Amino acid sequence: MAAPKRSKIALVGNPNSGKSSLFNHLTGLNQKIGNFPGVTVEKKSGSCTLLDGSVVEIIDFPGIYSIYPRSLDEQIVSEVLLDHHSANTPDKIVVVADATNLKRGLLLLTQVIDVGLPTMLVLNMMDLVAKAGISYDLQLLSKKLGVPVVPINARNGVGLEELKKQLAKPLPVPDKKIFSIWDDAQAPVRELRQKLGVDNDYEAYLFLEQPQSLGFLSGERKNIVDTIRSAHKFFPGKFQGAETIQRYSFIQDLLNEITLKAPTDQLWKKKSSQLDAILTHKVWGYLIFFGILFLIFQAIFAWATVPMDFIDSVFASLSQYIGTALPDGPLTRLLAEGVIPGLGGIIIFVPQIAILFAFISILEESGYMARVVFLMDKLMRKFGLNGKSVVPLMSGVACAIPAIMATRTIDNWKERTITIMVTPLVSCSARLPIFTILIALIVPDQKALGFFNLQGLALMGLYLLGFIAAIGSAWIMKHLIRVKERSYLIMELPTYRIPKWSNVGYTILEKTKAFVLQAGKVIMAIAIILWVLASYGPGDTMSKAQEVVQEQTKNMRLTEQAFADRIAAYKLEHSYAGIVGKAIEPAIKPLGYDWKIGIALITSFAAREVFVGTIATIYSIGSVDGEDDATIKARMKEEVNPETGGARFTPAVGLSLLVFYTFAMQCMSTLAVVYRETHGWKWPLLQLTYMTVLAYVSAFAVFQIFS
Amino acid sequence: MLKTGTTHIFVLFEFNLNKSGMARQKNVSQMKPGEVGIVAGFTDDHLSVKLMEMGCLPGAAVRFNFTAPFGDPVCISVSGYELSLRLEEAATISILN
Repeated sequence: MAAPKRSKIALVGNPNSGKSSLFNHLTGLNQKIGNFPGVTVEKKSGSCTLLDGSVVEIIDFPGIYSIYPRSLDEQIVSEVLLDHHSANTPDKIVVVADATNLKRGLLLLTQVIDVGLPTMLVLNMMDLVAKAGISYDLQLLSKKLGVPVVPINARNGVGLEELKKQLAKPLPVPDKKIFSIWDDAQAPVRELRQKLGVDNDYEAYLFLEQPQSLGFLSGERKNIVDTIRSAHKFFPGKFQGAETIQRYSFIQDLLNEITLKAPTDQLWKKKSSQLDAILTHKVWGYLIFFGILFLIFQAIFAWATVPMDFIDSVFASLSQYIGTALPDGPLTRLLAEGVIPGLGGIIIFVPQIAILFAFISILEESGYMARVVFLMDKLMRKFGLNGKSVVPLMSGVACAIPAIMATRTIDNWKERTITIMVTPLVSCSARLPIFTILIALIVPDQKALGFFNLQGLALMGLYLLGFIAAIGSAWIMKHLIRVKERSYLIMELPTYRIPKWSNVGYTILEKTKAFVLQAGKVIMAIAIILWVLASYGPGDTMSKAQEVVQEQTKNMRLTEQAFADRIAAYKLEHSYAGIVGKAIEPAIKPLGYDWKIGIALITSFAAREVFVGTIATIYSIGSVDGEDDATIKARMKEEVNPETGGARFTPAVGLSLLVFYTFAMQCMSTLAVVYRETHGWKWPLLQLTYMTVLAYVSAFAVFQIFS
Repeated sequence: MLKTGTTHIFVLFEFNLNKSGMARQKNVSQMKPGEVGIVAGFTDDHLSVKLMEMGCLPGAAVRFNFTAPFGDPVCISVSGYELSLRLEEAATISILN
């Protein structure tokens, strides 16, 4: 017998139905983020060993209320449910429903049953059902629906044994059909089934209803669907309301039959309302929200430095060790100067990303995040954004990559696109090293009014500047992008609850992994390319470097170290990167920069923080522990501008650089993510252009005004 | 976006609405915190589907809980769920009370 194919089990359910808790319970640490074959859609899956020893693949889908998608997140589910004979088709579908209030969960279940894939129902939160004094006849429910029903409590794992037992059993396609298709739609449905060989009526009906979810069809087959749709004058969406009503009337009858005891305390929920009176209050609400924001920033910038410094020193010594331990050669240098610092440049952001997502996950798990959206929606809408844009903008403080991925929950295309476009203007942690060193250079370390540290104020000002630029750009784009699409915010305000800590842990792990893998690939590749550009030059300039420097420094008494530094600086100047730096000098001169800064601008395109390292090398202090800010600062202070005879880094130049880095899109990984999220080069290229223009013009203005 | 032509209104209590005329036709956006009513129908096809999927069904009791600080969005309870809607969305839900 051939090795059995791992069967794929899809978890589908409403948001807040406890689907993620169930997923985490079933898969534990065996989770991974991949792609659906053939589609650029992210897939969250994990493996689970059943009681009989067989291993199945569990796929966690985004939470949905119905098979009719409203946002990109939701469309993924419809596409997979409609595509019946491909590598992506799940073998079994588990619909997870909140048993304390079954109506909405059953609405989704009846749709999934009608689509005609093997289905079972999992009733979650059975503990709360008991507390509320509700009791159901589950056997009757299973009989009436024609699917197995398993009650569980995903918070503590009760009922999972039974669920695993059920998952190991063969599951037939449900033979019940709940929705009866309208007479008007019978003819096109029949024709479509005949021509395309679609499995059942409702699936064919959804082909007609959802032109946007048929990405898996070949162009030819899609044309057939479109032809049938227009030939029969079938308008998608026209009967959705009636279908929903028909399903709900079935569900109401069903609930009347299976409910043995209705909830004792069913009148308006009280507990959430009391908390909401404070948390959404016009004064306390905002105060608490900004307090939490402050706490998050504090954590990212103060607490994260400890692990970050540790990672930094580990990679620095690793790089040094490899550089000396292995025989000298291009490969060793690539490893020691390209690969390992590149890797370090990725890992160093892990603490900040982990801390940020710990907070975001806690806020989401507790139900508070929905209140933040509720509080901010009106304000955000004035700027062409959505209440849901708050999460991406907050995440952007750590890193734009996970932030842009978080925009998928915004169902309005225009608001989502604007959020993606402006998020990189929020100052991310990669800008911090540049800010720190430049501020230290041009702002005196003094206290104003007795207690405000001037340097701290300057840093805060830059963050504010980035945020204002983001909001302002959003406002402009709101008027530039003209789309006739209604924006709405119909959102559940979930009941407040204590976060489940293991879920928080899994989220941190998932987001960190996604960052390391996605951003990591790009940062790594560019780090290597830039290393090559900075280490090699045309002709034999590189090999002659030693002789030339020896000639130049004949009369100086240099230590061996200083001599080596001079060679490094000479090499960088004559490398391909140096040549490009010199070539762009005319363009950046109006901003107050010379070719040396030009080289740093180019190398920092991979990731902004590379700026500091490049400056260190170019000023020949590479070997004196490149991360020692004080050394770099002292050296930068000494640098002379040959034209003026004064300092190179005047306050005007420093300010100009600060403004440039606040606005510039100096991040390849972000562009790559924007490309993936918007399915094309249009938006990333526009983003690169507008941010670069904004950075250039602002830096120019700042330099001209202050010099 | 596809236009479906005329707007369908799902009306459950038709006689009631006709008798009292449009003057008494109230919608959720006009409710006050703490006020309750019965969902009578919807004036927007597209939104009505989404609202019903979220549990806001014709015939269900609805309670207006509170508003966000600038009066928009608003929070309602319906079918045991707490939903937040923008005022313009709340205005598409007709109620009786």
